Amino acid sequence: MNCEAAETLVNALVDGELDAGHAREVETHVASCPRCAAALADTRDLHRAMAQLDLRYKAPLGLSRRIEAALPRPARVTTDRRTLLKGFVLGATLSGAVAASGLFLFVRDDRERWMAADVLSAHLRSLQSTRLTDIETSDQHTVKPWFNGKIDIAPPVVDLTAKGFTLLGGRLDYLDGKPCAVIVYKRRKHVIDLFVEQNAQAINQPASTTKVQGFNIRHWTEAGLHFWAISDINASELAEFQEEVSTALSPRDGA
Amino acid sequence: MTVGVRVLPTDKLIPMRVAYDEEEGTRAARFRAIALPHVDDVYSLARYLLGNTADAEDATQEAFLRAFRHFDTFRGTAVKPWLFAIVRNVCRTMRQSSVVSSLDDADDRAVPLWSAEGETPEIEVVRQRDSIEVRRMLDELPAAFREVLVLREIDDLSYREIAEIVGVPVGTIMSRLARGRAMLRAAWLAGQSKEKVT
Repeated sequence: MNCEAAETLVNALVDGELDAGHAREVETHVASCPRCAAALADTRDLHRAMAQLDLRYKAPLGLSRRIEAALPRPARVTTDRRTLLKGFVLGATLSGAVAASGLFLFVRDDRERWMAADVLSAHLRSLQSTRLTDIETSDQHTVKPWFNGKIDIAPPVVDLTAKGFTLLGGRLDYLDGKPCAVIVYKRRKHVIDLFVEQNAQAINQPASTTKVQGFNIRHWTEAGLHFWAISDINASELAEFQEEVSTALSPRDGA
Repeated sequence: MTVGVRVLPTDKLIPMRVAYDEEEGTRAARFRAIALPHVDDVYSLARYLLGNTADAEDATQEAFLRAFRHFDTFRGTAVKPWLFAIVRNVCRTMRQSSVVSSLDDADDRAVPLWSAEGETPEIEVVRQRDSIEVRRMLDELPAAFREVLVLREIDDLSYREIAEIVGVPVGTIMSRLARGRAMLRAAWLAGQSKEKVT
């Protein structure tokens, strides 16, 4: 191997890009050529020095947020709503006839099921991307106003630290193709996502728990909003969480 | 409470909802989860390719919007090289249409305050000063050498990935790296000796 080739190849050697055969050839040449040995040492030095320095630029604050805002949002669901409204009227007319038919239970179950799937994927996505929160703070008075102007509901944010649920922050997410608020809590090492969304069918429903892929999902409605709590903590702890949230939301007795 | 109102709409809505979700909701959410965590990497590359912060910001934003539009064509597993190829194209276009403002180095002063854990403050000061210095030297290298050095040493990509992004054979990447490193080293040594004189 001549020096010209070797001087280029020492780069590939330092970068770990040579197969064993070529690496040996370069090493053999370097062993008997002080000039190329120096080139190898220099390249290695520079490579190490650059690895230790901080050469990466950090994007300005808010760039990520601006990009997100510029991404096409899912169009407003007006058609959905209109269809829903038509269905409503039609449904109301029919309701007299089928009032106690029990059919609605089946239908509700159906919505529950695909919403639960949505909640699960959104939860998994956030765990996967290690981006749990868009705004990270344990202060409920910071999280709540952060949602202003981002979604058309004002999600209740309650501080449950005293009850053993630490507030981590909040983020925007999507359920059913619509933006929703997520309040993020933590119990011990477990993340609890509380999704808050609104839809036309937010009639007060008692809480119920479903288990999907090892996660517990607790769903209930309150104050015209749907709440979905999801976590890998056990079902009874999640129920406790839901009760604490509900207690904090409902006006005190006698107040 | 009127119980029956929930009877009809839902089963009519289901197919519509699914189609809608697939096309917009989940697609945007997937893009957010997969691509957006790389904002810093993309921005950093754009900053090196364009030489100033304002243009780098524009390029980054444009690159992500383009990436989203072509998200369907993304098949690979490595999203970073894919985003880099896009932002590099955006930067080239910007340079060619000469919308790029001149070099500014104001941002070099705002080098991160990394944590000094386990290091003496003196070492940290030297490292910070050296980082600023090397960033400046990289800015002064000819573009073809600068980009391969940045992609290799800062973004830690393989020769093959760099070759795909830049659109030249692997051999060319290797020789550009060799030249680039030699130039950077020469600049560094020149800086050192100047320092000694003064």
